[in-house]
Amino acid sequence: MTVFILKRLGLVVLTMVVSSFLVFTLNEFSPGNVASKTLGPYASQEQKNILFERLQLNDPVLLRYVRWIGVLTGVIVDPLQDPVLGLNFHDPRGDQYFGNLGYSTLYKVPVNDVIWNRLGNTLALAAIAFAIILPLSMVFGILSGMSEGSMLDRTLSYTGITLTSIPEFASGVMLMAIFVLWLEWLPGTSPLMSLPEWSIAEQFVLPVLVLVLYDFGYVARMVRGSMVEVMTRPYIRTAILKGLPYRRVIMKHALRNAMIAPFTVILLQINFLITGVVVTEVIFGFPGFGRMLLEAALFGDITLVEAATMVAVFIAVTTQLVGDIGYMYLNPRIRFT
Amino acid sequence: MNDQATARQPAGPGAASRPGLAARTLKAIGLLRESKAAIIGVGLILFWVLLALLAPVIAPYDPLKSNYAALANPGMLTPGHLLGTDHLGRDMLSRIMWGARTVLTVTPVAILIAYVVGITLGMLAGYYRGWVDTLISRVSDIILSFPVLILYIILLSTVGPSVFNIIVAVTLAFAPGIGRIVRGLVLDLRTAEYVAAAQIRGETGPFIMIVELLPNARGPLIVDACLRFGYTVITIGVLGFLGLGLPPPDPDWGGMVSETTALITIFPHMALVPSIALSSLVIGFNLLADGLREISMRD
Amino acid sequence: MAGSATPTSDTPVLQIENLRVSYFIRAGDIPAVLDFSLTIKAGESYGLVGESGCGKSTVAMAIMRYMGIAGRVVAGRILFEGRDMASLGDEELRRIRGGKIAMVYQEPYSALNPSMNVGSQLMEVPMIHEGASECDAYDRAIEVLRDVRMPDPQTVMDRYPHQISGGQQQRVVIAMALLSNPSLLILDEPTTALDVTVEAAVLDLIDELRRSYGVALLYISHNLGVIRRVCDRVGVMYSGELMEEGTIAEMFAAPRHPYTMGLFGCIPTVGAEKHTRALQPIRGQVSLPHQRLRGCVFGPRCDHAQAGRCDQGEIPLVRTDGSGHQVRCLRWNDIVPSVARATGQADHGAGDEVVLHVDGMSKFYELPERSLRALLGGGAVRYVKANERISFDVIRGRTIAIVGESGCGKSTFAKVLTGLETATEGSIELHGRNIATIPVQQRSSELIRTLQMVFQNPDGTLNPSHSVGWAIGRVVRKFGLAKDADKVRARVEEMLDIVRLPAVFASRKPRQLSGGQKQRIAVARAFAGKPNIVIADEPVSALDVSVQAAVINLLMDVQEKFGTTLLFISHDLSVVRYLSDHIVVMYLGQVMEMGPAEAVFRPPYHPYTEALLSAVPVADPTIEQTHIRLTGEMPSIIDPPRGCRFCTRCPRRIGEICDTVVPPEQEPVPGHRIRCHIPLEDLRKIPPVFTRVAAAAE
Repeated sequence: MTVFILKRLGLVVLTMVVSSFLVFTLNEFSPGNVASKTLGPYASQEQKNILFERLQLNDPVLLRYVRWIGVLTGVIVDPLQDPVLGLNFHDPRGDQYFGNLGYSTLYKVPVNDVIWNRLGNTLALAAIAFAIILPLSMVFGILSGMSEGSMLDRTLSYTGITLTSIPEFASGVMLMAIFVLWLEWLPGTSPLMSLPEWSIAEQFVLPVLVLVLYDFGYVARMVRGSMVEVMTRPYIRTAILKGLPYRRVIMKHALRNAMIAPFTVILLQINFLITGVVVTEVIFGFPGFGRMLLEAALFGDITLVEAATMVAVFIAVTTQLVGDIGYMYLNPRIRFT
Repeated sequence: MNDQATARQPAGPGAASRPGLAARTLKAIGLLRESKAAIIGVGLILFWVLLALLAPVIAPYDPLKSNYAALANPGMLTPGHLLGTDHLGRDMLSRIMWGARTVLTVTPVAILIAYVVGITLGMLAGYYRGWVDTLISRVSDIILSFPVLILYIILLSTVGPSVFNIIVAVTLAFAPGIGRIVRGLVLDLRTAEYVAAAQIRGETGPFIMIVELLPNARGPLIVDACLRFGYTVITIGVLGFLGLGLPPPDPDWGGMVSETTALITIFPHMALVPSIALSSLVIGFNLLADGLREISMRD
Repeated sequence: MAGSATPTSDTPVLQIENLRVSYFIRAGDIPAVLDFSLTIKAGESYGLVGESGCGKSTVAMAIMRYMGIAGRVVAGRILFEGRDMASLGDEELRRIRGGKIAMVYQEPYSALNPSMNVGSQLMEVPMIHEGASECDAYDRAIEVLRDVRMPDPQTVMDRYPHQISGGQQQRVVIAMALLSNPSLLILDEPTTALDVTVEAAVLDLIDELRRSYGVALLYISHNLGVIRRVCDRVGVMYSGELMEEGTIAEMFAAPRHPYTMGLFGCIPTVGAEKHTRALQPIRGQVSLPHQRLRGCVFGPRCDHAQAGRCDQGEIPLVRTDGSGHQVRCLRWNDIVPSVARATGQADHGAGDEVVLHVDGMSKFYELPERSLRALLGGGAVRYVKANERISFDVIRGRTIAIVGESGCGKSTFAKVLTGLETATEGSIELHGRNIATIPVQQRSSELIRTLQMVFQNPDGTLNPSHSVGWAIGRVVRKFGLAKDADKVRARVEEMLDIVRLPAVFASRKPRQLSGGQKQRIAVARAFAGKPNIVIADEPVSALDVSVQAAVINLLMDVQEKFGTTLLFISHDLSVVRYLSDHIVVMYLGQVMEMGPAEAVFRPPYHPYTEALLSAVPVADPTIEQTHIRLTGEMPSIIDPPRGCRFCTRCPRRIGEICDTVVPPEQEPVPGHRIRCHIPLEDLRKIPPVFTRVAAAAE
């Protein structure tokens, strides 16, 4: 058990290092690219030269990556904050501290000032969506899995397929047409600022709805599939022929086994919700993490992209770790071997 | 029980002849009839395939040409424009047809390449196990733990969007998942005695993988491929929507939505029509996958 | 009357009247049981015998009223203690299930919930049925676990099913069934998945418990020997119908129905000398209820069927005398049971050319260590000693059998021999050349051709994607016996002919074949390359009894035809006795005893061989068996006993020396070796396991 968790932790660190290195390489492979993206298209050759020198862009990628880790861990000074560059970057936390994610060229503020705020908004969005998706899909999945082939089962099955087939931008557009244009019940944008007509809560409704619609069918079908399989197992027959009341057969014998397989999938949805909300955030102008990442990528804000990817990968691998541990806990065959 | 029934049938010469490709296709279609979902799915897919194939012939307008007169009244069901025109006065119907062409050429190619790579890696990992497996599985895990959309954004924003790059991105994102499925299937299949029989016969690893194992993995893989088809259509749409899709002016459903979302309160059809088109194609693939799975469970 | 009658002492526990069960599927309704009747009195033990698909399990599920959505009782009724099961409401039915009628299943592992511990699965029975408190339920569970002879019940209560052995799992299932003091216990092949010594102990337990609990049994099995051990009466089912019914004594001494006679003819008798009686297979394949023709269901396979008589109308079940012996055959009175024939197969000459010389061969697997210490580099590497110092010779053209229970290492030996694994030490000389350390990838095509194999599982042995012709043709091509398509096809057809299948089978896919046909193809494939040695790993253990005999005879015929040496791996001592010249008995990776078949089946025995022989369920009523039972579990192969491997379970253990000192090899006669500390003279005094007694009836 301990060995397993240690191994998994090792894998988490390895994944973080490898993926951050790959992202770093992808972005900073050509030093000229770095210079033009950092300084913008109108920079003079002189500015570029200074940047090349300060950032030591002629060094090999691996060396620069190690230096980047150095800045992140507070071992060395962030060269971008050097006034010589004339970028006017100033971080009130100083230019050398642990957790220094650098300076965003897009927003002209330290990454730490923008990223956590945006992540918080996204977390709120994801948490609300998850709180709706989880019970809804569990209840429907279990009910229809209990009676395979029933009316409810077939209805859920086709609803699920249809919902997961509609991409978020399409359902966003459709929902907007209905609720914003036609019924005029809800706002079409969600900047999370107090708009004159719409409260913050109302601004959350459509983005949450889009996420719920896209994800509910998938999770519910997963739960259903697992439940259907468990219900055909011989031990369920044993439980029924033992004379247990049907409720007890479901609650005590079927549910726990039926949750083992979808558990990891459900946890991965947290990951999906946090990082996969890009589209939803773009449609509704929601100031979240995903849209920030997209804007940074399109703008060429290398520092912010690198930082945001690290955060996203970190969330992804930790949910997986939690998933694996939970899986072990649910499954005694793995817990005691 | 059916096995017994067929086994006891008198062996006529008809039973002995090997069914031709045509006969087998007919049989496959006959099988599909058993699932309503599969029929609807195939119908939807065929509808779009036909429109895509016939686009050059039946599309009423050049999808790239603006009709400035229509700008004043771009709505649907206007004379000459069944589905109206877009924000640049281009005929929506023609653009939808040509858009189908784009998505239905890029998707199969991307899927095919992803499968070739995924199957190869998965079979190597599952058959040889040991360090080959460890290496392939670890790398796959790392790629899989990377949030897919972020992978696309970073990849395409650095190398730039193009058909080739989209295919590379899809392959990179899908191959590990396909590999994992194939590996699981192979791990299961390789314990079968016919594999041991082949090994004892001195067959080589590649022979066993391709001739003995792969044909038996095709059922689950076909279902999986249908799901991935749908998912790839979504992905290409999403990339288009995020501005990372195929470069304009080629009609691309996701791009069409993204260009016109801002106008949704005035001309909702501009974004709605491509949204519905894309969703229906995906529903087609997913229904087919579900139907196929249902049929395969029944046997 | 139905539903309200109070059971009196003469009310039968179970009465089934003209039951007909069908499954309703898309293609229409498929009958599974037709016109089936049965009566079980209180405390009686009734055995229901039949081959796969005959409907015996459907009967069990119909009694429980548990047939899924598709299954339905179409006609007839089932009375439990006088009450019609069909009339019961859901709540009454629930109280009867697990309360009055309990079940024991074939695969204990899958019948137990993997994510609940044993205790809670046991305790819920009294808690639900009797409203017992948790405390009382716990005590009851412990008590019943003691009754089923479970060692250390308290610990087992906290265990999960995967943490206990197969035999213990089955004891838990039996305990679960007995917890509510049922009046009827339905056992559906409860020992089929268990090893023979474990099976013997479980059968003893069932026999003992049915008396102490006064419970009536419906015991379903395909094995006549097992039925004979635990039942009072027996019914034989075929294709959804009861063919014959009577007391054990009558039925086993004088079966009346040709099918019953046929079944007896198919079973090799462990007590009989080799070659005294040839197996007489029933021809054809088992027919299923929905494939039935007019007249007698067994007609197409019956040697006594008369056209125009047996294939006309319904065949009624008739009484043969006043005792209740019933038979469904028009000719029961005028057919004479065919006399057992001698095999006519002479002992293979005096050839003594050694083709395979195994000398001190060991195969150790390194155990993957998962503890923290091992990960950091400390701790010694541990080994699984799957095969340890195995030595024996195989003579050309002879059949040598390797016998042992699961985990004894017999399959590992086959892997080393075929080169799927390589030996850790020692040698295997084939024609004087050591092949123990050459993996199959490095073996020459000629060497590979020499050694081929027939596998156990008919469903796995052929690739479902390829035709029969491809499977056999591949071997022909691979070993260069023929190159061009016509010659390959000719060779394929020749091989099909040798295994007595028509040439059209070449184009069939495995899913179009029955189990027996698949095994014939597997035999054809193994022999297609003209190998010198064929390894057969449990080739008939997954087949129905009536088909088993045909495949065994075929294997022997083909072997004789090609003069091939056969290495037969099996757990079934009856089959081994029937076809082998030499026997090697293995336990926990080591050879316990080996020698000519006659010598091994006669004292002096190794105590393990003796226990194995004593455990075999024997269907022949003229054979009497000594009663020797093994206690305890087979030790883990990771941590085997230091001295004699068998010392922890040996009923004849003589003392300390067994635990600490590796026993010597004793040779009572040249070629017969026993690895045991007990002096030979004492071993010679052990009475033989089998003795022939005069037939009880007739």
